[in-house]
Amino acid sequence: MLRVEHLTKIYDDGTLALDDVSFEVPDGQFLAVIGLSGSGKSTLLRCVNRLIEPTDGRILWNDVDITAAGQEDMRKIRRKIGMVFQHFNLVHRSPVITNVLSGRLGYVSPAMSLGNRFPKSAVQKAHEQLARVGLEEKANNRADELSGGQQQRVGVARALMQDPEMILADEPVASLDPVLAHGIMQYLEDINDELGVTVLCSLHFLDLVHRYADKAIALNDGKLVFEGPPKEIDDARFKEIYGKEAERVG
Amino acid sequence: MADRDSSPEAIDESPQDSEKKPRRSGKRFWFILLAVLVGIGIYAYAFDKTGVNFDEIQNETRQESLVRIIRKLARPELLTYESVKTSFDAEYMSPCPSGGYDPEDPSTSGPYVTLAPSCIELGGEITLEGFNLNANRNGDIFYVTGDGIEIRLGEFQTDETGSFSQVVSTRERASDDPQIIRATTAVTVGSIFAWEQVATGETDRETGEEIFVTSPRLSQTSLDTWDKIIETVFLALIATTVGTLIAIPLSFFAARNLMKDVAMPLMALTMSIAFAVAGMGVGFMVLRFARGTADLFSDTTAIAAIALAIGTAATYFLAKWAVPSTEEEEPSAGLRTARLTAVVVAFVTGMISLFLVSVILTDIGEWLAPKLGSFEFLGTFVTSVGDIFWLFVSALTALVTGFAFMFLGSRVGIGLRKRLPNGAVKPVNYLLGAIAGAMSVVVIAQVIAWLYEITDPMKTFWVPAAIGAVLGLLGAFMAMGKESVGIGLTIYYTARTIFNAIRAIEPLVMVIVFVVWVGLGAFAGSIALALHTTAALAKLYSEQVESISLGPIEAIKATGATRMQTIIYAVAPQIVPPYISFTMYRWDINVRMSTIIGFAGGGGIGFLLQQNINLLNYRAAAVQMLAIAIVVASMDYISSRLRERFV
Repeated sequence: MLRVEHLTKIYDDGTLALDDVSFEVPDGQFLAVIGLSGSGKSTLLRCVNRLIEPTDGRILWNDVDITAAGQEDMRKIRRKIGMVFQHFNLVHRSPVITNVLSGRLGYVSPAMSLGNRFPKSAVQKAHEQLARVGLEEKANNRADELSGGQQQRVGVARALMQDPEMILADEPVASLDPVLAHGIMQYLEDINDELGVTVLCSLHFLDLVHRYADKAIALNDGKLVFEGPPKEIDDARFKEIYGKEAERVG
Repeated sequence: MADRDSSPEAIDESPQDSEKKPRRSGKRFWFILLAVLVGIGIYAYAFDKTGVNFDEIQNETRQESLVRIIRKLARPELLTYESVKTSFDAEYMSPCPSGGYDPEDPSTSGPYVTLAPSCIELGGEITLEGFNLNANRNGDIFYVTGDGIEIRLGEFQTDETGSFSQVVSTRERASDDPQIIRATTAVTVGSIFAWEQVATGETDRETGEEIFVTSPRLSQTSLDTWDKIIETVFLALIATTVGTLIAIPLSFFAARNLMKDVAMPLMALTMSIAFAVAGMGVGFMVLRFARGTADLFSDTTAIAAIALAIGTAATYFLAKWAVPSTEEEEPSAGLRTARLTAVVVAFVTGMISLFLVSVILTDIGEWLAPKLGSFEFLGTFVTSVGDIFWLFVSALTALVTGFAFMFLGSRVGIGLRKRLPNGAVKPVNYLLGAIAGAMSVVVIAQVIAWLYEITDPMKTFWVPAAIGAVLGLLGAFMAMGKESVGIGLTIYYTARTIFNAIRAIEPLVMVIVFVVWVGLGAFAGSIALALHTTAALAKLYSEQVESISLGPIEAIKATGATRMQTIIYAVAPQIVPPYISFTMYRWDINVRMSTIIGFAGGGGIGFLLQQNINLLNYRAAAVQMLAIAIVVASMDYISSRLRERFV
């Protein structure tokens, strides 16, 4: 169970990105986070694994206070939280297999991994994950030789290497065309269904929210403006979330 | 993330009032006039200070000197021509016969001499003229008796066209036959289009054959220049290699994007400072122990080799057990202690092994050197590598121990903070802050005391300790409210300042200090250049680190990787191309720099060049300039090609 309590983030320049946000995510839920660009979706996801330090409020995960964890404890928490990014964030010049293996860095001993050496079990696991996303034969290609969709699949494989209990997906399909988008979303759905991994996924397109999410929350200007099942988002709700001038496209 | 849609306020460009316009342009006119006047004043002063003087440029004697030097520089002394003594005879009659005397005209196609007048009274003066001889040469003038004996009458000097004219007094000897005046001078043999063999007049002692030399051949200047230009290129190579190796790790400390988030709880910081001082002491002890142990086995190479094998094996297996390849589960306290002990023991045996490697290398080098003949330098190299290794391992031991203790200190600090009851955190923080402050200031004071030879313990210990304690207390007070103290930017600014300070001093100046330390020559030059390279590259590299894309760093960090792993997996792959590019660029600069570092005694070709300039030996200096031009141009070309290929 992930509990976010009164989460607030004010950036150094004074921008209020999150304003007293509270919600709960039971284990194994697929939660969609929606809202306009700049409404605080990315900040929210990054506060969960503290890539961004919250200004105020608490995040409790299985009753452990993430916001209070020290550096070493945070590292141990992070390795249970996989993350998938809008721009994939692969290391372009490294081979695909190294990108996937880097998902395992939290588990291997730091000394060994400095020499780019991973235990055999990790290497085998990396190949399995690559096979899972259908990129087995691309293992030794450089990451920037892959297409966008393929790169995001590597991103998913990297997150799976962590044996995650939760996956944070920050607009994972915003840079992809609709066909590829469904492909990636299906991987996330499988992970959610088969492995019981909690998924927090920020999304742009409402039809994706309707199709994949168990629950949705909506942010507007840093405030939580909606929390409930996706099917409750009707036209009135939609205008509440996205503003009066907004029109539905998907 | 934080980028919110802010509608940019339209900037209203209202047309300016027609009334305001002329006043504004009037103001502008005066402003420009003032600026121009100030500009003229600045340049006038600059002319005065730099002594710009166009009278000097037009001065004729100066122009002549300039022309002379340029002409000499245009004829680099690349080749030596062998010269052979050659004689030219001319005849006259004394006293004058009744019908006068009309000698045969000499052939004017080659060098020749003439006498005027062709007949004189006894002991009269006669003018000897020579043509088509070698330019700017000295020669002797002889009177040749009927028996063929030469009697010296005087000497001559040819001008730039190879001509001369010299008045000599003739001998008071009357004869009915023509008498001979002989001009003897050295004439160069051969040309670059037609080599000639010239007898040296010496014979080979074994074969008894005459020794010939080729003319023209490479001059001694050319040979020396070749020798020194090779030295120059390798000087640049060593400086670049050493500078690069040191600059790479340092560059990360000077990269703002990596350092700005580095922070630790106050107690961890103070603890690690306190432990660092202890670490220095322990590091020194470990060093002495490892060196002493290695010395025990260094009697013969065989014993050293056996000891090395045992040491390496022990290190390997201990390290393998102590550092498991995965850390899935939390190990028990006992196991962790045992592992920590194993790591420490492995570290010590590892250091002993490394010292043994140094001993063995030195032995091998010394054994090899006499057997290799003209490749002796390879043996000497191995010995040198052994020596360098010894120094390197010593530094490594001290550094690793220091850092290990700092790390341990921060862990102890974190652990302590967790366990302390809330009320105790404050006083303990103040106490530790005071201790850490006192320790840091005392260390700085010791350095100052050493520099200025202060021995009074009141000044070198007690007062600094008190000041440090107060500063530490203040620091602790200011940091108390915060979760953790940002030390990253402090390190960043310190590193930046040091790099900039070192970079500001030209290697040409640095070399003066190193010449005092290691003596004149290329070694001093290498150290100076390497130091400057380190600072310059560390800065350039760090700026590259600052410009990498942050996405991968974020991604790697999110996997639970440590800071070190993040650097290796997210930062390192991104900076390889710019690092190679900058290293090439620096290698280029170093070659250019090393050509003049000899001016200050740093070895390389600059030494020869300066010597020849001081001796006004411009033709030799021209050879060195030519060599520099060729090397710099080809380095430029090669490095740009390599950069193209790698990047």
